[in-house]
Amino acid sequence: MPETTFLDSTELVLNMGPQHPSTHGVLRVILKLDGEKVMGTECVIGYLHRGVEKIGENRTYLQFAPYVDRMDYVAAVSNGLGYCLAVEKLLNIEAPPRAQVTRVILTELNRVASHLLWLGTHALDIGAITPVFYTFREREEVLKIFENYCGARLTTHAFRIGGLQYELYDGFEEQVKAFCDMFLPKVDEYEELLTNNRIWVNRLKGVGILNADECKEFGVTGPVLRAAGVSWDLRKAQPYSGYEQYDFEIPTAQNGDTYDRYGVRMREMRQSVRIIRQAVDKIPAGPIGKTPKVIKPPVGEAYVSIEAPKGELGYFIVSDNSTQPYRVRVRPPSFINLQALDRMVRGGLVADVVAIIGTIDIVLGEVDR
Amino acid sequence: MNKFLRSIFLVDLFQGLWVTFRNQNPKYIYTEQYPGERPKVAERYRGAPRLNINPDNGETLCIACNLCALACPETLIVVGSERNEQTRRKDLTTFTYDLSRCMFCGLCEDACPVDALELTQDFELAAYTRDGAIWDRQMLEEGPRPTRYKF
Repeated sequence: MPETTFLDSTELVLNMGPQHPSTHGVLRVILKLDGEKVMGTECVIGYLHRGVEKIGENRTYLQFAPYVDRMDYVAAVSNGLGYCLAVEKLLNIEAPPRAQVTRVILTELNRVASHLLWLGTHALDIGAITPVFYTFREREEVLKIFENYCGARLTTHAFRIGGLQYELYDGFEEQVKAFCDMFLPKVDEYEELLTNNRIWVNRLKGVGILNADECKEFGVTGPVLRAAGVSWDLRKAQPYSGYEQYDFEIPTAQNGDTYDRYGVRMREMRQSVRIIRQAVDKIPAGPIGKTPKVIKPPVGEAYVSIEAPKGELGYFIVSDNSTQPYRVRVRPPSFINLQALDRMVRGGLVADVVAIIGTIDIVLGEVDR
Repeated sequence: MNKFLRSIFLVDLFQGLWVTFRNQNPKYIYTEQYPGERPKVAERYRGAPRLNINPDNGETLCIACNLCALACPETLIVVGSERNEQTRRKDLTTFTYDLSRCMFCGLCEDACPVDALELTQDFELAAYTRDGAIWDRQMLEEGPRPTRYKF
């Protein structure tokens, strides 16, 4: 056994986070390093744990709705839609057509807003500062639509069980159409900035590969799964809220690396605009739905999952025929996608960890709940 | 060969620079000069709460039905009332609204049957003390008085 010197490699344990800016919140990753090479990771979560599921057991069905907005606060509208659909399934009611179309428009706008925030921060992690200013500029237009519609920009609380609370405001269609017309050239602009840029390509191509089988093993959903070549989108697979009426494609890619996930999300934004355009043209007249006075679902359980911007967002609610849920379980996409981090990072470089955390698109409010 | 030339002449980088250059026009400025210029929030904005009074006689519109307190997920509204023997109705005595716990979900506003409680467009809610965030009836009826800055 030769004497060990300082030149010999030993495992170095490095804490990344919870205050690291590129962990997108309060994620702590314990990296085991051999030089620049990552030998393994361990995620420590729970710094943002608020016990949302437990809070749900102590609130009425109507009162719990604002809390779900605070899990994935970047895509609050999608969270609200998932929760409302789950309770509506328990109650065995359905929102009227006008409410359903409005819900689709708002959730798709929210998908665009979520992807824009992801694009800006992800590019910022890689070192491209410009896109974040442009994406936030466009995101602002989406948030203005939300503010005009329901009075809040981020934690919207836009939908109620059984339909909507607010009627569409005057000029909603025009504002949404103007946004669609303005937005598509802007996506081309982001692509001009990034897609061919040599630094961007070199940092992302072949980094953090997760193939289709591994994705299925980990239960990964959303753009991460689609970038691996699996054409799985709940909007097509099990349509909810009238998604079967719209004509759109599921963008997929083959390699399952970080660059493909970027491409998939960019194309998804374009598809969202396509859905919004179709939906705005045919908002039916009629009632927007009324919240039942007393919400007391019969004994039973319901699981509803929707395609949130980050993947499959599921709500499992157990009812014991009282005004409060017996149990609320949330299947957050970020939490489950985060599991794949170790597989993607292993063998890569420290700088790739930042790129990979960015590409999974996690929101820590949703991981910890 | 073409690809080689493109990489020699840094075409991809200049393409990005051209986008940045196009956006230099001052008409694309989006920054709001906040304290000097107040942002215009939407009509439905859910901000500071207000207890509406009848403009004709200055009496409160609140009928002390306690529905807002029941609707609130955080139970931060406390309504005090006493029975008026002459009119045989409940009269509002006190009303406290703890803004430090409020998440502006708007459920109290929806629950109010007489449109007395309303979330308004005021958004400057900072207070120097924790007690300052608990608004009593007088404060709720007057509404906040935001500082106007002159530049």
